[in-house]
Amino acid sequence: MTRQHSSEPTGYVGQSVPRVEDERLLRGHGRYVDDIALPGTLEAAVLRSPHAHARITRLETAAARDLQGVHAVYTASDVAALKPLVNEAELRVPPGLAEKLEPLVRTLPMPLLAREKVVYAGQPVALVVADSRYLAEDALELVEIGYEPLPVVVDPERALEPGAPLVEESWQDNLALELETGVGAPDTAFREAAVVIEEEFAVHRHVPSPIETRGVLAAPGAYDGRLTVWANTQTPHRVRDHIAMSLAMPADDVHVVAVDVGGGFGQKGILYVEELLVPFAARALGRPVLWREDRNENLTAASHAREQTHRIALAADAEGRLLGLRDRILVNFGASTMTGLVVPYNSVIHLLGPYRVPHVDIAVRAALTHTTFTSPYRGAGRPEAVFAMERALDRLARRLGLEPSELRRRNLITPEEMPYRTGLLDRSGEKQEYDSGDFPELLRRAVDHIDLRGVRKRQSEAARSGDQRTGVGFAVYLEATGLGPFESARLTVRPNGQLRLAIGAPSQGQGHRTSMAQIAADAVGVPMESVDVLGGDTDAVPHGVGTIASRALVTAGNATHRAGLALRTRILDAAAERLGVPAEELSIDGTRVRHPGGAETALAALVADGAELSETAYFRPGGFTYASGAHAAVVDVDTRTGHVSIEKYVVVHDAGRIVNPVIAEGQITGGVAQGIAGALYEEMIYGPDGQPTTTTYMDYLLPTSSEIPDLHLDEIVTPSALNDLGVKGLGEGGAIAPQAVLTNAVEDALTPLGVVVRRGPLTPDRVRGRIREAQAVHSEQAAPVPS
Amino acid sequence: MSERVDHPPLTEPTAWRGVELVVNGRPLTAQVESRLLLSDFLRGRLRLTGTHVGCEHGVCGACTVLVDDVPVRSCLTLTVQCAGTHIRTIEGLTTAGKPLGAVQRAFHDNHGMQCGFCTPGFVMTCTALSEAAERPDEDHIADELSGHLCRCTGYRNIRAAVRQALDETHGKGQTE
Repeated sequence: MTRQHSSEPTGYVGQSVPRVEDERLLRGHGRYVDDIALPGTLEAAVLRSPHAHARITRLETAAARDLQGVHAVYTASDVAALKPLVNEAELRVPPGLAEKLEPLVRTLPMPLLAREKVVYAGQPVALVVADSRYLAEDALELVEIGYEPLPVVVDPERALEPGAPLVEESWQDNLALELETGVGAPDTAFREAAVVIEEEFAVHRHVPSPIETRGVLAAPGAYDGRLTVWANTQTPHRVRDHIAMSLAMPADDVHVVAVDVGGGFGQKGILYVEELLVPFAARALGRPVLWREDRNENLTAASHAREQTHRIALAADAEGRLLGLRDRILVNFGASTMTGLVVPYNSVIHLLGPYRVPHVDIAVRAALTHTTFTSPYRGAGRPEAVFAMERALDRLARRLGLEPSELRRRNLITPEEMPYRTGLLDRSGEKQEYDSGDFPELLRRAVDHIDLRGVRKRQSEAARSGDQRTGVGFAVYLEATGLGPFESARLTVRPNGQLRLAIGAPSQGQGHRTSMAQIAADAVGVPMESVDVLGGDTDAVPHGVGTIASRALVTAGNATHRAGLALRTRILDAAAERLGVPAEELSIDGTRVRHPGGAETALAALVADGAELSETAYFRPGGFTYASGAHAAVVDVDTRTGHVSIEKYVVVHDAGRIVNPVIAEGQITGGVAQGIAGALYEEMIYGPDGQPTTTTYMDYLLPTSSEIPDLHLDEIVTPSALNDLGVKGLGEGGAIAPQAVLTNAVEDALTPLGVVVRRGPLTPDRVRGRIREAQAVHSEQAAPVPS
Repeated sequence: MSERVDHPPLTEPTAWRGVELVVNGRPLTAQVESRLLLSDFLRGRLRLTGTHVGCEHGVCGACTVLVDDVPVRSCLTLTVQCAGTHIRTIEGLTTAGKPLGAVQRAFHDNHGMQCGFCTPGFVMTCTALSEAAERPDEDHIADELSGHLCRCTGYRNIRAAVRQALDETHGKGQTE
């Protein structure tokens, strides 16, 4: 990678510049959606279905409407003219994929409010708007509604059986998505392999759980008729376009602003019916309307994630070299087809990971069930695939009697093989190609840092009958980052000579105001302090995609870099003209342009002169750039209680060139914490009746500081050749491996007992269950375990 | 003299009370519904929106404020319960125009925050620890921190921030 000619030696990129967003937040001056106060604001509350599947037999809103302070109660008939919700951008099948794989991808538009039937517990049925949220919630209790419960299916396998209750009556079955893909001749590979293992691994359902719940405030403009919407979304331009379409308004009459956002993790990266209902109500009533979700709604009715089952088989030669992989993936979509191929296909193209697998046969099906819909959550199909693959590798290693890390080493793609083609098609429908990385080095360092030899020695020395068992686990993963199609950046010299950068990708805590200012300042050659960053304001930059899919730094960062270089040229040209000297003799010094001969001018003066000092740049990635990492963990398992404690957790990652190391480290530690959370604690559980049972933070267990250890962090840097900055995305990376690593480690600890772990989370109860099962099955071989 | 707080029409007209309390050093008199949560009083009536509401059932700790110097979940506390108390919120920690206090600065110095939503709760709890007569021991600190959820940071830098703040207010403690 060559560093572009940012000729001023400012060099912010690569520095741990302290975050500029902190001070405001630490004084309590953040502005999250719910903090905005507009005169005359009404507050909304949503009536949600208590049933997983039922026919609505009666819906009477008069009593609710009559409550003092209530302004409106909307039901399906009131919003019948509005187009139903479709996450169009996410549901589009790239032409290459459509042609070559011919996948079945069905689309189920989501009604804004339930008509006739509800299909999951939590589905919006009515919207009440009142003087306050207290009154709106009072009114919810006065809506008279009758339900006739219908048969329910929550298990995706069952949902695909003939005769299963249908989620969508106009469909003949619950099959929402189906595709097959492959490489080489897998049947032959499996036939001729020395060893074949086959296993079923399941990833349970998660809720992303940002600490700020979802929220929308919409205000109609009395003067210009425009609609302003403050939403804590990751994709403001998509929200704008959808509101405009749904309310039949020109898109430029809708102004969406993502202000401070209290975490997103994917849950705020899709469109929701509330983002259409609240603007609708605001326009209908001619008043600002605010809706803020409560935690119970967030856990039950904002999108869920992850639930997948993998029936995976590996074929290998006697030395453990992989010959083939076969996987049958089943995805529980929940009650709608929120994002189509995104998650299932992400699983497909990350399944092989950093390993050389010549023959591949993968088939995916996704089923609708009477549960809350699902969508991408940090990792978005990758943690699921890595769990299946890395668990399968451990089972294969056990079969071959190989050290699991040694089996991995034998199969890792080497830097000499880069760029490496897997033979599959990537998410854009192009040939999947790993651009860069050094996977063997990642693993070598992880093995080193975790002190594998030391752990094995301790294991062999420890009494085989002890209650405390130690285990070690590994996982190596990669991640296609920098999703297209584009991102935008507009960089403008303001009247005071300082700069404003507007980008399409808002921040939900990633620190864009700092990292993007670093990039812009370097490219233009000005001090960082003079660059103000505005993310996610649709009036500030007309087109944008958003902060999802580990893409913001790659796409918005490189758009910023380009805009900065172009603006630098424009500034120097304008100054050269004003000063009557050659542009190449000029330099930018803060808010002034100087000539060695003494002539100088202020940027402010150039702007005042009428020079248009603004550049808008788009970055359209030519392909995905691959970040990668190796994680390792040592755990202690108490066989009496089933308690798992993490003794050491190692992360070695590669995200190319790092813009702000402290921010990058924060992204990794946060991602790993979410991964650990899913591995050990969190699970969204449904009863067979479709009732969610983990609907508070007392039941859905987010880990606290006491549960998340300090991490041992290391990194290597293989800069991306696919963009000028050499960067790769890293927002999701940390969350991809932990479930595989910790499960491998727990199984390693319990191997002497014959335990195999096929699903998580590894709660004490589940660990004890596996030990009991193993005792029952292997009682004669296993060492005795006190119960 | 106590300042009178204007309020919107009471949403529970049959059950309201007058309360007098002190918020960030300001003596106030207000009429509040019996059911009005302290978090909603602070955020909605006083427009002190630095106190955030994350779960509304007392688990996440984002809404933590100090009531008579003790960390309290404002989402589980009724305003009427606070009559006669002194309440402190994140807005009250530092005067406008003055540099950040030791606890706030520690979170900045250690990158102990990302989205900033849970941060005020952590900062208020850490403030209480920093004002304790003696440096709290590590177990006590861990226990207090476990009353807060952060979804962004993985806690590592929050622990570092709390350590730095307490080092500054109580002198170096035992390090890990």
